[in-house]
Amino acid sequence: MKKLIVEFIKGIIKENPVLVLVLGLCPILAVSVSCVNAIGMGVASTFVLLGSNIIISSLRKIIPEKIRIPCFVVVIATFVTIVEMLLKAYFPVLDRSLGIFVPLIVVNCIVLGRAEAFASKRNIVHSIFDALGMGCGFTLALLIISSIREILGSGKIFGFVLIKGFEPASIMILAPGALLTLGFIIAFTQLKKSKGKEL
Amino acid sequence: MSLSSLIMIIISMVFINNFILSKFLGMCPFIGVSRETKPAVSMGIAVTFVMGCSSVITWLLYRYILIPFNVTYLRTITFILVIAAFVQLVEMIIRKFSITLYRALGIYLPLITTNCAILGVTILNTNEFFKDSATLPGSFILSFTQSIFAGVGFTLALLLMSAIRERLEFVDVPESMKGIPIAFIVAALMSLAFMGFGGFKF
Repeated sequence: MKKLIVEFIKGIIKENPVLVLVLGLCPILAVSVSCVNAIGMGVASTFVLLGSNIIISSLRKIIPEKIRIPCFVVVIATFVTIVEMLLKAYFPVLDRSLGIFVPLIVVNCIVLGRAEAFASKRNIVHSIFDALGMGCGFTLALLIISSIREILGSGKIFGFVLIKGFEPASIMILAPGALLTLGFIIAFTQLKKSKGKEL
Repeated sequence: MSLSSLIMIIISMVFINNFILSKFLGMCPFIGVSRETKPAVSMGIAVTFVMGCSSVITWLLYRYILIPFNVTYLRTITFILVIAAFVQLVEMIIRKFSITLYRALGIYLPLITTNCAILGVTILNTNEFFKDSATLPGSFILSFTQSIFAGVGFTLALLLMSAIRERLEFVDVPESMKGIPIAFIVAALMSLAFMGFGGFKF
């Protein structure tokens, strides 16, 4: 049990896919305009991660070594299609604001990376906890970036006005703001690391 | 379809809606391969080539297989498989015929499969040039142009970035900002500059 918790925690802090490993940048930058989008994207990606990790880890002895990457891609794409259809049916507004980045979860390096590095080698229970940890880490990073951008860029958080009369710097919700925020956040994590502390 | 809409797509893809700097597609190679100019250009050419070819293939697939059989929801899964297979094929052909070209482009080809810019442009094409399963006029030419010039825009951003980063090597940057963070700050400034192109009105 203790091992499983370690598996879960590592994805959130020590091996955070975004802040430490710097993977999956495209959705992080594009979707972090508002916290609602961030949570939607985070949950969708976690679902895909969880599903693909379970299937791949249970099929790991059957999938031939040589064609494993195409097999992984098919499994991942199936779950992405499920997410796409669910979003279209139940959350049409969220689907529209996430747009093209829902189908693009397929090429998110985090999902394929976990399939290759973890699920194809470990048993199902470990893979589930790994997927949950990585998914939470991804969502957390998205939430941090999007809350910074939403507060500075539109003066709101989760759509509620935070400070009345605050003039928002709308550059933060445009493209440059995303790059700037992520740059400073990664610099911050590097600073912490160079001082020998864990985050 | 008219000439002006073609030109508008070209300018929009290269400058205004630049894939990297305003749409954030293909961010990983942008940060990973932009340390030096030469590999950046090779990567850009490889991406442009694959984008052009895969847009043609996916357009034909979408128009003549997915729409007639009414299975457009399989778009993601078919597109990614076709692109992956195609990239693998190109890699094999290049290795067979030109070892110099393989050395220049080959190592980037496997990376391209998981590059979201490629899948992104094909999905964008089907979103923009098909409406309710009907083909818009000139959709084939428009989507091909859009893909090629998305690649050109990608190459341009990659080239500019790599030229800046070559100079950055000799700059005294704070310890914690070295490497990826400063690359992001530079990209932010570039993206700010590219926003200026948004002022163009047609």
